[in-house]
Amino acid sequence: MEGETFTGKRTATSADMVKRGIAAGFPIMLGYLPIALTYGVLAKQAGMSILELTMMSVVVFAGASQLMAANMIAVGAGALEIIIATFVLNFRHFVMSLSFMNRLRTVSLRWKGPMSLGLTDETFAVTALHTKEAKQEKGALFYTAIILTAYAAWVFGSFLGGVLGEVIPEQLSQSMGIALYAMFIGLLTPSVKKEWRVGLVAVTAMLINALCVQLGMSTGWAIVLGTVFGGMSGIFLLKEERK
Amino acid sequence: MIFWIIAGMAVVTMLPRLIPAFIVDKLQFRDWVNRWLNAIPYAALGALIFPGVLTVIPDRPHIGLIGGLVAVVLAAIGLNVILVVVGGIAAVFFLTL
Repeated sequence: MEGETFTGKRTATSADMVKRGIAAGFPIMLGYLPIALTYGVLAKQAGMSILELTMMSVVVFAGASQLMAANMIAVGAGALEIIIATFVLNFRHFVMSLSFMNRLRTVSLRWKGPMSLGLTDETFAVTALHTKEAKQEKGALFYTAIILTAYAAWVFGSFLGGVLGEVIPEQLSQSMGIALYAMFIGLLTPSVKKEWRVGLVAVTAMLINALCVQLGMSTGWAIVLGTVFGGMSGIFLLKEERK
Repeated sequence: MIFWIIAGMAVVTMLPRLIPAFIVDKLQFRDWVNRWLNAIPYAALGALIFPGVLTVIPDRPHIGLIGGLVAVVLAAIGLNVILVVVGGIAAVFFLTL
């Protein structure tokens, strides 16, 4: 690609970076649409208006917790209960954001701040595995394009779900439940092929997560502990700085 | 009521995302902390994949497992992520016909 050519970094224009970001964000879009549609349908059934359910996607932008909230609203749970459950479920983004922001040290806080608000499991996974753009001149644009692609799909999909109801046949929508897992696998596998120790870090995290779930911990905390302690195995396993 | 739920959810979701942006601007981390933070993406991917993938069809965990294995194979032979996603969807679709 252009990166290999003479004066590599400088040849990448803003438009190139945005285009590459949209391409990298496309799998997230594919994975988000069915979930966003499902959320829209559930939220509508829970008694939320189209405006309310779309606004929730605009200002919260966290799929699992929005689905949970729609369910809790449907069964008449209290506001505080819903908000605390959301915090517990989304606290994992603190750990991910710390890792992401540490990579973007060269980017100014005026960019980094708004970008951090677009961090989800999926945008983090895609941005974090495209490390070389962090060192390139217009790299922040690349990451922003990934995030906005995902955000647009999420907000638009929620709205559509609320307006249209069940548009995807059940058979297909349940099959699409694997989309984001397949994306995570599609991102992780090439890294493991390149450096098998990366696979050990991931498996350690899987086992810790599974153990926590077995012990009856909530999904949110189990993922936090799996990520934090699984990541610690990397301190020993990934000795050499991976550029 | 719904308004306050949305506002509260927005605040508790934003803070954990935003605070690290300020933290890294103030602190220099030691080497081992940087190594830890660089390993976080791989650990997060691991924790996000398993055991969650088993719940794709909640009462039939083996379907998610097989779909996941199909994705591993497709990714291992070097296919683009989009094709891996499409392949995973197709696998689950045919298994649930």
